[in-house]
Amino acid sequence: MKKVRIGAGQGFYGDSVYGALHMAKYGNVQYISFDTLAELTLAILQKDRQKNPSLGYTKDITTTMTHLLPYVQEKGIKLITNAGGMNPEGAREEVFRVAQSLGIKGLKVGVVTGDNVFHLLPEWEKQGFDLKEASSGTPFDTIRDKVLFASAYLGAWPIVEALKGGADVVITGRTTDTAQFLAPLMYELGWDYKDADLIAQGILLGHLMECSAQASGGNFSGDWWNIPDMDNLGYLIAEVREDGHAIITKPDGSGGRVSVDTLKEQYLYEIHDPHNYITPDITADFSHVNFTEVGENQVVVRGVRGKPAPETLKVLIGYENGWMGQGMIGYSWPDALKKAQKADEIVRKQIERYGIEVIEIHTEYLGYNSIHGPLARPVDEENLNEVYLRVAVRTKDRATAERFGRLFPPLSLNGPPFVGSLSGMFSVRQLLGLWTVYVPRSWIESQVKIEVKEV
Amino acid sequence: MPRMLLRDIVQARSGDKGNTCDLTIFARTPEMYEHLKQVVTAERVKEHFRPLVHGPVTRYEAPTVLGLKFILEDALGGGAPSSLRSDNLGKSFGSNLLRLEIEVPEELAREPHLMSVPPWRKKE
Repeated sequence: MKKVRIGAGQGFYGDSVYGALHMAKYGNVQYISFDTLAELTLAILQKDRQKNPSLGYTKDITTTMTHLLPYVQEKGIKLITNAGGMNPEGAREEVFRVAQSLGIKGLKVGVVTGDNVFHLLPEWEKQGFDLKEASSGTPFDTIRDKVLFASAYLGAWPIVEALKGGADVVITGRTTDTAQFLAPLMYELGWDYKDADLIAQGILLGHLMECSAQASGGNFSGDWWNIPDMDNLGYLIAEVREDGHAIITKPDGSGGRVSVDTLKEQYLYEIHDPHNYITPDITADFSHVNFTEVGENQVVVRGVRGKPAPETLKVLIGYENGWMGQGMIGYSWPDALKKAQKADEIVRKQIERYGIEVIEIHTEYLGYNSIHGPLARPVDEENLNEVYLRVAVRTKDRATAERFGRLFPPLSLNGPPFVGSLSGMFSVRQLLGLWTVYVPRSWIESQVKIEVKEV
Repeated sequence: MPRMLLRDIVQARSGDKGNTCDLTIFARTPEMYEHLKQVVTAERVKEHFRPLVHGPVTRYEAPTVLGLKFILEDALGGGAPSSLRSDNLGKSFGSNLLRLEIEVPEELAREPHLMSVPPWRKKE
């Protein structure tokens, strides 16, 4: 029976390249799939593109391709990535540039576009489509002039088309996290959307693999102290047969652990209702999934079921939602927390005194409650060695956020006795609001283009 | 009935989707899972997170992996890219729930129903 081995290469923009490199060297895989995008990533990439029209893709594609293209050439491994972000064609230019600098010829790069629907919003409205927010019903007028990007979540089929066109590397924009993993299974094993349970199995495998080491011992809440070689965590491999039978493992010589316990944490991660995991490819019923350990770092996964795909696609609209200014300063024993609290009081009074307009203010004490917030337990203040005050504000504009940050350096001489550390003014950043609408899929899918070019 | 922290009983992982936190805990044995279904209710989780979570809490059961999944709405200060918090992604909500103390029947308050204990926490 025909089978294929696919490997995971990346879980987010900023992930290490070494997991993918180890996969290429020792994974014995035919495909490496990358998930680089998150909601915030799209906003970052859109801003990159506004500054420079040739940018807008995840810049780490340069490092990824520099390390991996030699394996594409030598071993015939294919790479599938949504690193195109807001500019898949720009990403292709960069891949071509890297290929040329490595002296690689005959590389075929497929590009999928059509997920960027920003320019279609006015047209949809003209046709009478209401862009109100899907869950709250808030009218679109409230954000109309603040929209930064609008991206539709595409499924696996355009990637399959690119593979049919002979692509060695496929670059997309906002395809779903799972699409990069499902597509090679459909292409290699001849799976069709009519085979609902098989497509659902591809989605489940993709979901397990899309967060890199988070399924192989990273972020593991069990006996994490026993995870081997956490400095070299191996990413997942799925060995999948035509009939959907799948074994999950990881490359030889890598650290980490693939077990029922490490996999199940990722299995239910961020999927909400396990009975209805909705993707553009299929609605998957995860509620009957079973994991069986069949060897060391080898787990068989089965039991997922497919239900019809939705008639609409999710479109995520990002809009400007003010700016964040922040500052941080550390205080030492004795009375570290009292000193930090005093500094917070000073900063808050100065906001009033100097008329700095803040919409929202948030105080945390690192070393005490910055992570658990209001649920943190009281500390033994007498024995608290040190604590850092962090105050963050939301402001209407950038200048006000910067003005807030400038309140912090003076605290080192104009506040409680200070022998700690001043992190001073943090860089300000724009805050992003998210807005979801569901749009008839034909309006979007009719715009999707697949193009394969050779360098 | 002894009282125990969820830390000593379950695995936990949490994450985000917009302004909603998605949190799952996993029991080690079917017996403990049945017990958790009784005592770790959506209401109890909502109560535990009261100052942080402003919307409803929904629970789903995932019996094949002995999982209880909680969906906590209006929980992340507006959602990751809009939030002023350090934990803007809700990654720590899982560890936070491990602080919940529950009553455990005597016969379940021992191996194999509990999590393994790290060497530095073992009592000699």
